[in-house]
Amino acid sequence: MQRHNARIGLILFGIYLLLYGGFVFINAFDPETMELTPIAGVNLAILYGFGLIIAALVLALIYGWLCKPTAADADVEEVKE
Amino acid sequence: MIYEASFVAVAFFFVFVAITLGLSFYLGSKAKSSKGYFTAHGEIPWFVNGVAFAGDYLSAASFLGICGMIAFYGYDGFLYSIGYLAGWIVALFVIAEPMKRLGKFTFADALDARFQSRGIKLAAGISTLAVSVFYLIPQMVGAGVLVQPLLGFPHWVGVLLVGVTVILIVVSAGMVSTTWVQFLKGSLLVVFSALLTWMILNRGFQTEPGGEDGYVFRTLGPVNSASDFAGLPELQDAEEIPPSGAWANLPYRRFRNKETGVVSVWRLDETQPDEIYLREAQTVAKTSDGTVYVNGQEKGSKKGEAELHPVGNITRLPNDESKTGPVGLLSFFSTLQNSEVLLWGSSPAIKDEDGSETTVYYQKPTPGSRVLRPGEHPRFSGIRSGKTLDKLNFLSLMLALFCGTASLPHILIRYYTVKDEASARKSTIVGIGSIGFFYVLTLYMGLGAMTSGSMDVTNSNMAAPLLARSMNEWLFAAISAIAFTTVLGTVSGLILASAGAVTHDLVTHVFRVELSDSEKVRVAKISSVVVGAIAIALGILFKELNVSYLVGWAFSVAASANLPALVMLLFWKGTTRQGIIAAVTVGMVSSLAWILLSADTFSKVYGLPATDAVVPFSQPGIVTIPLGFATLIVVSLLTAAKTADD
Repeated sequence: MQRHNARIGLILFGIYLLLYGGFVFINAFDPETMELTPIAGVNLAILYGFGLIIAALVLALIYGWLCKPTAADADVEEVKE
Repeated sequence: MIYEASFVAVAFFFVFVAITLGLSFYLGSKAKSSKGYFTAHGEIPWFVNGVAFAGDYLSAASFLGICGMIAFYGYDGFLYSIGYLAGWIVALFVIAEPMKRLGKFTFADALDARFQSRGIKLAAGISTLAVSVFYLIPQMVGAGVLVQPLLGFPHWVGVLLVGVTVILIVVSAGMVSTTWVQFLKGSLLVVFSALLTWMILNRGFQTEPGGEDGYVFRTLGPVNSASDFAGLPELQDAEEIPPSGAWANLPYRRFRNKETGVVSVWRLDETQPDEIYLREAQTVAKTSDGTVYVNGQEKGSKKGEAELHPVGNITRLPNDESKTGPVGLLSFFSTLQNSEVLLWGSSPAIKDEDGSETTVYYQKPTPGSRVLRPGEHPRFSGIRSGKTLDKLNFLSLMLALFCGTASLPHILIRYYTVKDEASARKSTIVGIGSIGFFYVLTLYMGLGAMTSGSMDVTNSNMAAPLLARSMNEWLFAAISAIAFTTVLGTVSGLILASAGAVTHDLVTHVFRVELSDSEKVRVAKISSVVVGAIAIALGILFKELNVSYLVGWAFSVAASANLPALVMLLFWKGTTRQGIIAAVTVGMVSSLAWILLSADTFSKVYGLPATDAVVPFSQPGIVTIPLGFATLIVVSLLTAAKTADD
């Protein structure tokens, strides 16, 4: 189960790394793009920034939902007893 | 600005201190054993631990520093919010569960789980102490800086007050009391920040000619040539002081009032070649005998006497409206995007021949679209410079923020306070929720402060409390008291992490002193007092130093020294004892050396020209984090055969 959880963790980590890396690289190499206002007159810098914070929470919740209890977890020990 | 001690703020603060100390002594009986003292017996409920993560992590740098940076420069401060939160993803997906599985008391425990090595304990123990002390200094100095305007005490009283309170919290019940203080602080910070944001949105925007004291700064022009200003009627009763000495070649003009003798300073705005403006500035001058002059008059000590005018207002709204009424979560930004804001800049101190030093604070009318884009703060302006090294510096900082969180010892030890891996996971998710929510609010609070008309041009750290004061006095008192508790929560976590490193890693394992369980608790309590006393001393000693960048040091050193070893231990079977020791040592030494040789440190700490710096850019992470990984791999490969033979 440990390996199952670690694998899910790494996949979700990879997804977030792409999102965060995209944000950082656009800022560094094409900062003008961040000034575009694609939705509701709000610029991409704010939308992407909020998106990253919301994405962190969503991925964290997905992780919590997909993870299985490991042998060391109290719940599993209780089941064994 | 002149700050008057607020009785309500003092009362709020002491009530909170009394509650936390009362709680600590009540809980003291539960922390007699070392397991109780260091990890609260692993019995902290996961939800409480999650909020305590927020209380531990959201330091004064997060609350006051980020809000202040946004209030003075706009979006750039939010880049820190994004980076600080992103680090929690590394903590949750990579570190949380193995940390809980491998360790018992300290970060070094987890690192040393496979090897039982004195060398690893020594290297990791020293790295814990180094990171914690770098983190502690700005918190303590911050306490002193805040106490003066907020509660009316001198700097050293603030440092002492926070230091003694924290020592009492940590000594009485260790992790148990620290956790509950952090839980209380985390909850209060998030709830009151949400309330403040709601009030900002409800208030909306309005155009104001000046700050909240009603003073309107004058702008003269446009004229075709700078010499035309002398003929303007506004300057008829004044004579110009010739720009000699240090004032020569600067974009300022000085006029002395013929009747009062008061000197006013103006800044030339020559952005458009045929439209030259002269904008009234504010000045703080310190003479060689220590007298302080504000805007040409001796600084007062009571309201109504000479002081800097509060600033920060909107000069134009979309469609030339004068007031928007309540705004929504997104229309807050779209309105600001199409408005114009009056920001303020400052000059480096101008040294006159008579020994006086003058700092000029000048008006910077700025379109909202620029306020809301990255790259306006000097630290981030490199992303628009076109120079590769400047861009590398930015990437390096964002990398250190991403990697640093999951390597901070005072955060990592919180994983030992819950019962199992599932609880470690759940508490991190709660932590991400509350910390992320708070960081979203920082953008509203910072921009709300920027346009509140209540900013102090000399002190960006006061942005959030002053914003609250522009709403009402009670909120100001509450936010001020919470700012203090912010320091209490973080400092207690740091002192506990340091005490753990001294007791478990150094005394017990490196020096191999046999200690009974109760002796361990005693050593930990003595260590807490010693670390606390050192923190108080450093907080008073570094009073004059701008120490906010030390948090950045802590992140860079933690990410370079701790993360490579932790990650490779988890994911590479070839990792050896020597590899870990080398990676922690090389990561710590190289990141520290890089920082000490960087342009930022040269100019801010040594007072030397930034161009003399040895390293090409200031942020070490992009070089020293990979260096930590490379060192571990090379040393592990070189020592693998030997270790196998052993």
